[in-house]
Amino acid sequence: MNFDWTLLVTVVLIVVIGVVNIYSSTFPHTGNFKPLYLKQIYWLILGMVLMFSILSFDYRTLIRYAYPFFLFCLILLTLVMFLGRSSSGSQRWLQLGFFSFQPSELTKIALILALTRFFTEEDNPHGHGLRDLLVPFLIFIIPALLVFKQPDLGTVVLLVFIYVSILAFIGVHLRTWITLGVGCVALAPLLWHFLKAYQKTRLLTFLNPDLDPLKTGYHIIQSKIAIGSGTFFGKGFLQGTQSQLHFLPEQHTDFIFSVLAEEWGFMGSFILLFLILLLISRGLKIAYTSKDRAGAILAIGISAMIFWQSFINVGMVLGIVPVVGVPLPLLSYGGTSIVTSFIGIGILMNISMRRFMLSR
Amino acid sequence: MRLKLDKNGTHEKNPAFGYANIVIIVAFSLLFSRLGYLQIFKGEYFKNLSENNRIRIQEIAAPRGIIYDREGISLVDSFPSFDVSLFRQDVSDTRSLIPVLSRALSLSPERLQVKLDGAKGSLASHPLKLKANISREELAMVETRRLDLPGVMVDMVIRRNYPYENLAAHLIGYLGEISQEELEEEEFINHKIGYFIGKYGIEHKFELDLKGENGGRQIEVNALGRKVRVWGQVEPNPGNNLFLTLDIQLQKVAEEAMMGKKGALVAMDPQNGDILALVSKPDFDPNLFARGISPETWKRISENSSHPLQNRAIQGQYPPGSVYKIIPAIAGLEEKMITPETTFQCSGALPFGNRDYLCWKKEGHGRVNLRRAIVESCDVYFYNRGLRLGVDRIAKYAMGLGLGRVTGFPLGHEKAGLIPTSSWKMKRFGIPWQAGENLSIAIGQGFNLVTPLQVACTLSVLANGGKLYRPRIVQAIKAPHGETLKEFPPEDAKTLHISPETLEILREALWGVVNSPGGTGGRARIDGFDVAGKTGTAQVVQRREGRGELYPPEQQDHAWFVCFAPARQPQITVVALIEHGGHGGAVAAPVAKKVLENYYLRQKMKSPSPLQIALKPSAVGSEGR
Repeated sequence: MNFDWTLLVTVVLIVVIGVVNIYSSTFPHTGNFKPLYLKQIYWLILGMVLMFSILSFDYRTLIRYAYPFFLFCLILLTLVMFLGRSSSGSQRWLQLGFFSFQPSELTKIALILALTRFFTEEDNPHGHGLRDLLVPFLIFIIPALLVFKQPDLGTVVLLVFIYVSILAFIGVHLRTWITLGVGCVALAPLLWHFLKAYQKTRLLTFLNPDLDPLKTGYHIIQSKIAIGSGTFFGKGFLQGTQSQLHFLPEQHTDFIFSVLAEEWGFMGSFILLFLILLLISRGLKIAYTSKDRAGAILAIGISAMIFWQSFINVGMVLGIVPVVGVPLPLLSYGGTSIVTSFIGIGILMNISMRRFMLSR
Repeated sequence: MRLKLDKNGTHEKNPAFGYANIVIIVAFSLLFSRLGYLQIFKGEYFKNLSENNRIRIQEIAAPRGIIYDREGISLVDSFPSFDVSLFRQDVSDTRSLIPVLSRALSLSPERLQVKLDGAKGSLASHPLKLKANISREELAMVETRRLDLPGVMVDMVIRRNYPYENLAAHLIGYLGEISQEELEEEEFINHKIGYFIGKYGIEHKFELDLKGENGGRQIEVNALGRKVRVWGQVEPNPGNNLFLTLDIQLQKVAEEAMMGKKGALVAMDPQNGDILALVSKPDFDPNLFARGISPETWKRISENSSHPLQNRAIQGQYPPGSVYKIIPAIAGLEEKMITPETTFQCSGALPFGNRDYLCWKKEGHGRVNLRRAIVESCDVYFYNRGLRLGVDRIAKYAMGLGLGRVTGFPLGHEKAGLIPTSSWKMKRFGIPWQAGENLSIAIGQGFNLVTPLQVACTLSVLANGGKLYRPRIVQAIKAPHGETLKEFPPEDAKTLHISPETLEILREALWGVVNSPGGTGGRARIDGFDVAGKTGTAQVVQRREGRGELYPPEQQDHAWFVCFAPARQPQITVVALIEHGGHGGAVAAPVAKKVLENYYLRQKMKSPSPLQIALKPSAVGSEGR
């Protein structure tokens, strides 16, 4: 059995830290609703079940069904546009009976699978040129535009980073990179035009915090106070004044790291970041040792997803990355995000387990 | 055992792994050093800040746009009100405050508890509003007990006031606290609990123009709650101003004329569709809402059986009664089925089928032509008309003249009324149209339903020579500094093809209704101002025996009077409807007359008469050069 125990233990440690922090950030658990930390545990169980079931068949089967799955996600995204439940101005949720679900999260996996499938079939040992990249560009841009429309800027940014990371891995000519870069710069004003007013403010506030001192600026300041005031040892479980007094916005989702940093200090934050780093490096190692190109691309995509998402989220609450609204994988509250992360981990384990098996 | 597979050099030599490692190491170094900087290097500083965290957001409300009438008179203003809020972060145990607060604010402890519970989970740095618009006594109580009430703040808030109170309440509307559902809408993305937004009328429809943009400041306060420094400030942007077509003085006269009655009145400029006055009775005082309405008052108003919140001018659907006779008159002339000289014999009733269709005048009108039939409102004449024209031909003209569909009133929520056709009845009831029904609809009974505003638009077509205007209520939106942002020119919905001869015959006959002996609208006569009109007395219940006053109030007829003046070059159309008022000529005509009189007198004062001009030749001369 070539099961990756390090990976599993790392993931379990991370999600335990996550549940403890959701418990604290939503304390006291009043009201008639089920406490959020309990709901999170249910989602984690569902996630683990999905993770283990992914192990039961070869990851190449997943790649074989990449396009139908991709299409399915596009349909879900389109449905969201028409039937989605909107909350505070954006339409991201699909109501499925007793729970709601965010197709944009699943799209990340769909994009990785579809790009993997494309690049395993279309290999170009001399590095891909512009013409070779037309189809993968479409695979990337269609879901990205649909998500942009919701609007969910955070996920769009992630899709971009995942796409670029995979391109970097499969190898693209330097001149192609330059062309792509110039194209992006040329398109930027157009994209800027389509951003919602509040998104523009958020981005500009990052460059100049005085621009919006009442909202985003305030949130960043409060998050910095929360993190900084944790000092080395932290204030202790349920003792974070910033979080217990609800100074932090979205403190059980996007700003969960601030709660941890306030209550567990540098020590706690360091341990968590180290665990995340370990997780990502396991992912890279799996890519490196995978027996075929497909496995490598797939593992790189998943690792890139976890890496960028963690970096953007933590950087955001530390005030070194603009506030775009990205959850911290495996830690932020949210069912779809948890399930997506576990699917990703399951795929990594799958590649790792089958690295010595002969093809076909 | 390790089994190395041949990878054709695909990724063992891939330099991307090296790059990936570099990117990850750089990214995590950034995070770790930033974390170290915040938590270890600046840790004590932030710890101090968090222990005394007194960073608060104070909102600076944007002044709401002003609503002006056509003469530039402001219909709204504002007044300072005092609100009590609680900063929960300053209080260790909010429950200990309840007894003192309950006494000072005269709120029950239970209601306070509900408010405190409801705020759990919202940001502690945002004040929780406990009570809006407190009285002077309550203000004094809170101020003297300051020491027992840590974290309790009194702020002054500018609130909307409606100095004209009930006047034009249905048009102007009112503000109310934003609801949970509204908070979820994209339009209100920047709104918070406790905000007041337009809930009804113009205040609602033009919310986004009127509201402006709130500003605010982020301040740091010390342990005593006093401001230490301002971290940032954003100035508010005042809302835009609205200029209406409404004439508040005419509105006032109209409301006084309708005082104590139930119904609606519309005054319109027939030459462009401008609403000059629009009354719906009973009404309400918008100030009750703007100050934060208590659940009891809301219940009292919304559950009132006479529906004061309903705008009867656009939502009340009534049988038009004899007012409707104008339609078969036009239809008959235009279809060339009669001439003005065609006569019918009225002996007080018309036998048709197995029953007698009665005229309101038991003894009968004798031989009547079109003019007399309109002037004296002979039912039998129009029964004959109805029989000849048939329902569908009448409906064609009624719909052409704007009945049976919404007028396009800018504030919406309009009712369409109902103009029956034979196919409509077949679809609705599955029964063919009966010939006898042609008689009833010709005198505006049966299925016909109209709103007072529709009738005003229809009558204005006769007044202006064939143009169906869309009613206009807002003329322009202007920025606070006076720049015009948007104009709403009069909209000619449709130019109708009715021959000038037909219109002239009708206008002359309507003039006769008010001014000829025997006319039913004599009580609207004004010397010097030629009024042309039509009375209507619409049955609410089917009666065997004529029309009686011996019925209970809710079965009394609706009284209509519709008119325009002066008959030659009409400047104003007035439609008055009084629910269960009785005879149109007796009840509604005097109401309309009061409005016309006021309009006429003020018009005379404004424009100098030819005599006055003649007395000032120099003024005329200098203007000419």
